[in-house]
Amino acid sequence: MATAEFRVSARKALADPELRANFRRAMDGLMSRRADLFARAGDWAGLRALGAAARLRALARLPELLERLEAKLVERGVRVHWAETVEQGNAIVGDILRRRGARLVVKGKSMVSEEMHLNHFLEGEGIEVLEADLGEYIIQLDHETPSHIIMPAIHKNRRQIAKLFFERIKGARYSEEVDELTALARAVLREKFERADAGISGVNFAVAETGTLVLVENEGNGRLCTTVPPVHIALMGIEKVIERLDQVPALLALLTRSATGQPITGYVNMITGPRRAGEKDGPDEMHLVILDNGRTRVYADAELRDVLRCIRCGACMNHCPVYTRVGGHAYPGTYPGPIGKILMPQMLGLEKVGDLPHASALCEACTEICPVAIPIGDILVRLRREGTRADSRAVQGAGARRSAFESLVWSAWAAIYATPVLYRPMVWTLTRLGGLLPRGLPGLRDWMRVRARPRFARRSLHELARRAGLPDA
Amino acid sequence: MPERPAAVYYFGTCLADLFFPEAGMAGIRLLRAQGVEVIYPRGQSCCGQPAYSAGRTEEARRVATAQLGLFPRDLPIVVPSGSCAGMMRAHYHALFAGTQDAAAADRVAARVIELTQFLVDVIGLKPRDLGPPITVAWHGSCHAMRLMGVGDQPKLLLRELANVTLVEVARERECCGFGGVFSVRQPEISSAMATDKADAVVATGAEALISGDCGCLLNIGGVLAKRGERVRPMHIAEFLWERTRGDG
Repeated sequence: MATAEFRVSARKALADPELRANFRRAMDGLMSRRADLFARAGDWAGLRALGAAARLRALARLPELLERLEAKLVERGVRVHWAETVEQGNAIVGDILRRRGARLVVKGKSMVSEEMHLNHFLEGEGIEVLEADLGEYIIQLDHETPSHIIMPAIHKNRRQIAKLFFERIKGARYSEEVDELTALARAVLREKFERADAGISGVNFAVAETGTLVLVENEGNGRLCTTVPPVHIALMGIEKVIERLDQVPALLALLTRSATGQPITGYVNMITGPRRAGEKDGPDEMHLVILDNGRTRVYADAELRDVLRCIRCGACMNHCPVYTRVGGHAYPGTYPGPIGKILMPQMLGLEKVGDLPHASALCEACTEICPVAIPIGDILVRLRREGTRADSRAVQGAGARRSAFESLVWSAWAAIYATPVLYRPMVWTLTRLGGLLPRGLPGLRDWMRVRARPRFARRSLHELARRAGLPDA
Repeated sequence: MPERPAAVYYFGTCLADLFFPEAGMAGIRLLRAQGVEVIYPRGQSCCGQPAYSAGRTEEARRVATAQLGLFPRDLPIVVPSGSCAGMMRAHYHALFAGTQDAAAADRVAARVIELTQFLVDVIGLKPRDLGPPITVAWHGSCHAMRLMGVGDQPKLLLRELANVTLVEVARERECCGFGGVFSVRQPEISSAMATDKADAVVATGAEALISGDCGCLLNIGGVLAKRGERVRPMHIAEFLWERTRGDG
C-alpha cells in the first residue's frame, strides 16, 4: 500500500455523485437522529463522563480484568482462546470448526472478524460462511467490505440493493420496496440458520465481574447466531472488557444513541455461557476468541492508549466531513473514518498508511461527539508527529513520513517566525511583492483549482498598528 | 460578567497580518471605542499552529516560545480568531509540558480569549446599527466552537444590529475544509468541502458571509471570488466596525 493511496481513492470517491449522495443523505439522517435523542436525554455530558470513566477504568486495569473475565467464562463452561495475530485467530476458529466437522457457519456482525478476514480464511478451508446481518449480507452478495462499521452497506441506496438482490438471489422478483427486500433476505437466512453447524458473533462489552458477553443488534440475527447452532464462537479485541455489570446501562445508552440514534436496540443479548442442563436452547459448545492484533502496542503508550477506549459506535464517521464525502471504501484497512485514522496507522504501520492522520482538517467534530471522549484530534496530531520521528518506537513505521524537503521548509518557517527581525521584513516584502509569487507553486496551484488566488494586503497589520500608535507593551 | 480590564493585549494572528489587516484593525478599534486600551506587542508573529498541526512539534514550540514573553502583565490576550486562540488556550499546555517554559505557557494560555467572547462576555457590547438593511450569513470556525467554546456570542452581536437580518447556513457547524496544511495535503477533499460550504452560503441569499476566523474567510471567500458570487466575505470585527463606527 503506497502512502498516496488515500488521496487517490478519495479522489475517485469524490468523483462519484451517487456515492456522495448516498453518504450525505445517510449521515445527515444519523446525525439528526442522534442529536434529537441526546437533546431529549438531557444529560449528555453526565452520561458521557460515566461512559468515559468506565472505559478508562477498564483500560487502567486491562490485564487484570481480562484474567478475571477468562476465569468467569471458564467457570461457566466457555472456552477462552487468546490470539496475538489474525493468523492465530483464524487458526483457532478453523480448528474449532474442523473438529466439529462444520460445513456451514452463520455469522453476526463483527468488525474483529473483518480485521481477521475470517470469511476469506474459512472459505479457503471449504466452509461456507453466511453473513446474517442484513447489511453484511448485502455486501457479501456483492463481494465487498463494510463501508461503515455499524451500517456496512450504507454506501448503497435502495435501487442498488434491489438490483443486486434481483441479480444474485435465485428466484428473486425485482422490487425496490424495503419490506420486500428484507423478506427476501430473511427467507434465505432463515433456512441457513436451521442448518448451520456453528454461529459466529462479535461482542460489544465483555463484563469481567460476571463473565457476561453483551451483544446489541436490531434484527434478531445475533440472537439466532448465538443460540440456534450447536456451536457459538464469539470474537473480540482485548479492549472490549469492562469491569462491572452496573457500567453496562450507561455504555449501552451511549452506544445505541451515538450509533443509530436509538434509545435502545431491538435486541440486547447478554450471553453467559453455553446451554446448561435443563435449558431449552443455546449452543452446547461456546468459545470466546480474544484478539490482540497490535492492540498491546497501542496500549503501551499512555497517550495512544486512548484509542482503545472506543466502543465502535461509528458516530465519528457520521459526523466527519471527510468520511461523509468519500465513504468508507476510500480508507485502507478495516476501520474507516476518524477512528480508522487513529487506529489503522497503528495496526498497519505508518510506512503503509502514514498519510491517513493527515487526511483531516482537525475540525474536531468527531472529538466533540465521541461518547467516550477520545481526544481524536490530539491523537491525529501525535501520529503526524510520529510520522516524522525516526527516534520513536511508539508506532510501527515511525519516521517513515519524514521528508528532507519538508523538514527544511519547517525549519526555515520556524526560524523566520520566531525571529521578529526576520519576520517583519518578510511580511513587508510579501505585502509589496507577494503578487509576484509564481502561480505554479505546488500548494498554490491546488488551492486555486476552486479558489481565487489569495491576495496579500498592501499594508500588514503590524504596519497599521504601528501607524495607529498602539503601545508595544 | 468578569471585570472589564483597563487594557488588553492584542494578538493579531499571522493570517490577519498578511491577508486581513483591516479585520485586525477593526477588532482593535472596537476595543478602543469601548475605552479599553489595546497593547499590540511588536514581536508577535504566529501562535505556532501550522507546524503544530503538521506534527512539527519542535518548530511549533520554537515559534510559540517567541510569543510567550510578549504578554508580561496580567491582562487578557484578545485574539480575533477562534483557531489561533484555541491553539494557545488548548494546546500550549501540552506543547510546553516538561520544558522550562511550561509555567509561562500556562500563564499565557489561561488569559487567551477570542474577540467575540471578550466583546460579549467581558464588555457586554450592545452594538448600535448605523448601516442600511442587509442580510448576512454566519460561519463559525471549528476551533472557535470546539476548542474555545465560542457559542452564541457572534450571533448575539449580529442580532443586536437592527438592520441586519441573520440567516442560517445549512449544516452550519460543518467544517469549511480549510484546516491549514490540510488544504494543501488533501486538496481534493478540501476543495469539495469548501465548494459545498460556498454552495450552502450562496443558497441563503445572504449579501455577506461573516466569520470570526481569517482561515475560513480565505478559504470560503476564495471559492466565492473564483465563481464571481456577490456574497462578500467579511470578518465579524470589520463588519461590526463598519456598521457601528464605534457607536454602541
